Amino acid sequence: MQTCLYASHIDAGGKMVDFSGWQMPIHYGSQIEEHIAVRQHAGVFDVSHMTVIDVTGKDATTFLRHLLANDVVKLSRVGQALYSAMLDERGGIIDDLMVYRGPDGYRLVVNCGTREKDLVWLQTAAAGFDVLVEEAPHLAILAVQGPKAMDLLGTALTPHQAHALAELKPFECAFSGQDMIARTGYTGELGAELILAADAACALWDRLRALGVKPAGLGARDTLRLEAGLNLYGSDMDEQVTPSACNLSWTVVHNGRDFIGEKALLAEKEAGGDRRLIGVVMTDRGVLRAGHPIVSGGREVGVITSGAFSPSLQRGIGFARIEGANELKAPLLAVIRGREMPVLGVTLPFVRRGKACFKPLV
Amino acid sequence: MAEVRDDVRYLATHEWVKLEADGSVVVGISDHAQDALGDVVFVELPEIGTSFVQGSEMAVVESVKAASDIYAPVSGVVVACNSALEDAPETVNDSPYDAGWFVRLTPDDPSSIESLLSPDAYQALCDDETH
Repeated sequence: MQTCLYASHIDAGGKMVDFSGWQMPIHYGSQIEEHIAVRQHAGVFDVSHMTVIDVTGKDATTFLRHLLANDVVKLSRVGQALYSAMLDERGGIIDDLMVYRGPDGYRLVVNCGTREKDLVWLQTAAAGFDVLVEEAPHLAILAVQGPKAMDLLGTALTPHQAHALAELKPFECAFSGQDMIARTGYTGELGAELILAADAACALWDRLRALGVKPAGLGARDTLRLEAGLNLYGSDMDEQVTPSACNLSWTVVHNGRDFIGEKALLAEKEAGGDRRLIGVVMTDRGVLRAGHPIVSGGREVGVITSGAFSPSLQRGIGFARIEGANELKAPLLAVIRGREMPVLGVTLPFVRRGKACFKPLV
Repeated sequence: MAEVRDDVRYLATHEWVKLEADGSVVVGISDHAQDALGDVVFVELPEIGTSFVQGSEMAVVESVKAASDIYAPVSGVVVACNSALEDAPETVNDSPYDAGWFVRLTPDDPSSIESLLSPDAYQALCDDETH
């Protein structure tokens, strides 16, 4: 499948790869230049492969309060957004998603690789609720991110859209029919995500490019989100992982409302959950990759779930899933091609708003 | 279109090998290889004086995409490494056939380079991979 921007990607020199059935740009020549453009200026990503699902009906709020581990009652008015995990009965993560509250209900943006199972899960869970769960067809999604993103969007958007965007604070959104503009993103920078009809998205893409906004591919998107301490579904979390094991406890709200997976999470808490996700940075040259074992005190204590060379920090960084509560007393080592390389356990995120912000774990 | 130099020989694993006047051979990765890897972020080079047999893992190149082994094209001893790649691994992308070289070897048998792929054969291999 191709997004409506396929020809624009080819025109921009995009190196296209298959991503869950979609032909998407991995980079347009240099992933690192794209990464740095987003940290220092502005970049535009086509993320139209992601799945948009609208949830409407009388019971939409009650349904989502039951479905999601975060609580949509936090969205006290139209135009607010929320990040949540969607759990199974065992507390395993089916997907992570964004919820946007619109005038007629809620809009969910879920991952593309999990589209089919998410739709089945939502439809099944919706039984007994007066809700309509509908995949929104034919919409494009652009993410415009970077310190200059808001200014440049202000110039590139129509006056009506620019006015709507200027009113928004982080994690707020504005709807206009099917279209949506939101102050959200996946990079740790200022910026917005826009859901638009195909022709409007292509026109905006062209105006942004004319203003010097750099097209950025899925490769840069991955290193940016890693530096920003944001999980990737399928790498850092899946159905075998609960929120506490992937640094998402902050997204789980226990308030007596009974959501899917809550019993399992409470039982895990009772038993003392002993898996967690931390940041690690290399102190020598090298690159961390998913699957590298982490050893400490002569024992394997965890594994890298996502790793990369950080263009901002100029060293190898990663997320490590650590098993057991007291494993960080001895120095941590990553096993890279059979060699033990020292790494430092650190707080997440690594980078926010263009600056290193991690601290050593104690 | 990636450049295939005609004054070097190649491995199917995308290393190029150049025979120098002094009988040593210089090894790097092809333009096609650096393009496929994407931005190179780290290069691990062997110690000078290390002996390698043909086909064994001699160095590692890591890009934003993946780690890849660099194989010894012929049996021989390492006499020099391009230490400039430690601080500037992106040189492999910018100049794969010149400043981005990896290792210089003294081959045990200088004629062994003749068994490697010719530029035409390597071009055909790249064409197959691209299509």
